[in-house]
Amino acid sequence: MLNVTDLNVYYGAIHALKGISFNLQEGEIVTLIGANGAGKSTLLNTISGILHAKVGTVEYLGEIISDEPAQAIVQKGIVHVPEGRKIFAKMTVLENLEMGAYTVNDRQLIQDKMEAMFERFPVLRDRKRQLGGTLSGGEQQMLAMARGLMPNPKLLLLDEPSMGLAPVLVEQIFDIIQDINHHGTSVLLVEQNAHMALSIADRAYVLETGKIVLEGHANEVMNNPMVISAYLGG
Amino acid sequence: MDANQSSPPKLTRRNYSKIIRPIFGILVLGYILWRLYLVLIVEQAYSAEVWVRLLISGLIIGGVYALIAIGYTLVYGILFMINFAHGEVMMIGTFAGYFLFEITKGINVAGAGNPPLSFSDAYPFLSVILAFLVGMTVSATAGYFLEKIAYRPLRGAPRLIPLISAIGASFFLQNAAQLLFSPQVRDYANPQAIARGSGWNLMINESRIVITYTGVLTFVLSILLMIGLYVMVQKTKLGKAMRAVASDKKTAALMGIDVDAIISRTFIISGALAGAAGVMWGLHNGLVHFYVGFLPGIKAFTAAVLGGIGNIPGAMLGGMFLGLVESLGPTALGISFQLKDVIAFLIMIVILVFRPSGLLGEVLSEEKV
Ligand SMILES: Nc1ncnc2c1ncn2[C@@H]1O[C@H](COP(=O)(O)OP(=O)(O)O)[C@@H](O)[C@H]1O
Ligand SMILES: [Mg+2]
Repeated sequence: MLNVTDLNVYYGAIHALKGISFNLQEGEIVTLIGANGAGKSTLLNTISGILHAKVGTVEYLGEIISDEPAQAIVQKGIVHVPEGRKIFAKMTVLENLEMGAYTVNDRQLIQDKMEAMFERFPVLRDRKRQLGGTLSGGEQQMLAMARGLMPNPKLLLLDEPSMGLAPVLVEQIFDIIQDINHHGTSVLLVEQNAHMALSIADRAYVLETGKIVLEGHANEVMNNPMVISAYLGG
Repeated sequence: MDANQSSPPKLTRRNYSKIIRPIFGILVLGYILWRLYLVLIVEQAYSAEVWVRLLISGLIIGGVYALIAIGYTLVYGILFMINFAHGEVMMIGTFAGYFLFEITKGINVAGAGNPPLSFSDAYPFLSVILAFLVGMTVSATAGYFLEKIAYRPLRGAPRLIPLISAIGASFFLQNAAQLLFSPQVRDYANPQAIARGSGWNLMINESRIVITYTGVLTFVLSILLMIGLYVMVQKTKLGKAMRAVASDKKTAALMGIDVDAIISRTFIISGALAGAAGVMWGLHNGLVHFYVGFLPGIKAFTAAVLGGIGNIPGAMLGGMFLGLVESLGPTALGISFQLKDVIAFLIMIVILVFRPSGLLGEVLSEEKV
């Protein structure tokens, strides 16, 4: 479904991604783990068209998308839920969801999707007229994911959805990610919480300073001594 | 700051200005209150009809300022820059309306043998609508190209750079207009039915006040346009996208919003409002020249800052407020009417001393400023 080949991304002189190659098959949850500054967010931003690679390609459903602008990539069915949730603070929960559905033109479809989101995230229904900025961290993460699901993505890119959340909420978020995946959305999950991410993922890649240093099935990666000592606190 | 530092605060430069500012503000405020007391209570020099007349003219000019101020605020909200060429966008609209009236004045619609009758006198309503449509379209187009040529290439440059470009664009447009239309001051050819100065008569204390047709047109239309804009920003998909882009461009792009297209539309809308204000200005004040956008532009910018730049209701309120202050101020303070601009700016300074982020502006953190 997604084929990334030899991706090189720079911030001015900083070489942030140094030849990344990986793939994701339809229906999978693939997780990218790595320490702060490894280049995980840079990678997601490049896939979603916020950044553009100097060298290398992103291929999605047989089409090269690495030169497309972000709005075109959303239209193709890839939605990126950014790090830090990035809720529109001065807009209501409803308006945030409407912005998520910006590329959808059928009003009825938007209405149905919104109803589905309220079923999945009941807290949002109670707060639908509240401003996004007044929600708690956990509620904002729910809203960010609901907003991302509004256009019915085929592939969801999640950047550290568990960041800064209490353990109970983290469990809940990961359950939801699994559920989303069971309903047919492929997921590329970036996490620092390696343990949780590996427990729900099919496959994993480990990123270090802009390079992939390890890849494999999630349980292989989970049992790798290097991963245990570096990311699982063993 | 270090919490266990217990030495008394030093008189740093910042602290110093924190003391000086309110003192200055209070002095000016005190002076204003004292003058108001003298004029309104001690002397009681003016009768009610003078105040009504000034109030009316304040509301009219306030509506014009408000429309232009919205353009400053919309653009600032989305690009964090002051579009210093916005007054010139208004000037272009004033000229567009002027030429439309010149053309409609020149068309004779009287049948053979009758005394000549121009299109604009025969169909004043239609001509005015046409003038506004043309003025708004031309200014909207000007705004669109202004952004595309003078600002878009500088996106991502340090914030001072587009500001310089804006000032350059302002000079360029003024000079271009001077070259194209000559520096001469021209009379706006209103249709006969809304000739300048004509209107409804109102008697107050046996003296006559004229409520001019052009004034009513200006006021009503500016209110309608403001309501329309507000509804657009709050309720429509475009308006919501504008708010999303204003709050976070990167995340807006992740929603599938074409950020550049939304920025273009913001300039188109700002331009259209300025164009409408320009035609109003022409119809009501009667003069057009290449410099006509300068003062209203500066005033409207002041109004936008006064209301809290970036805040749309703030711009509307600031515009109305500035119009009223400028109109009522000189008389209320017993100062020459020619000093109305000074008074308007003085009052703005006082307000900004006490509320640096404007009447409705949010209090920005220092880094964000
Ligand atoms: N906007 C930027 N400008 C310059 N350097 C950046 C920028 N964003 C990230 N970087 C650098 O790129 C590298 C990767 O960052 P990032 O992708 O955010 O890592 P991660 O998401 O894995 O924490 C880091 O060294 C970071 O300092
Ligand atoms: Mg990151």
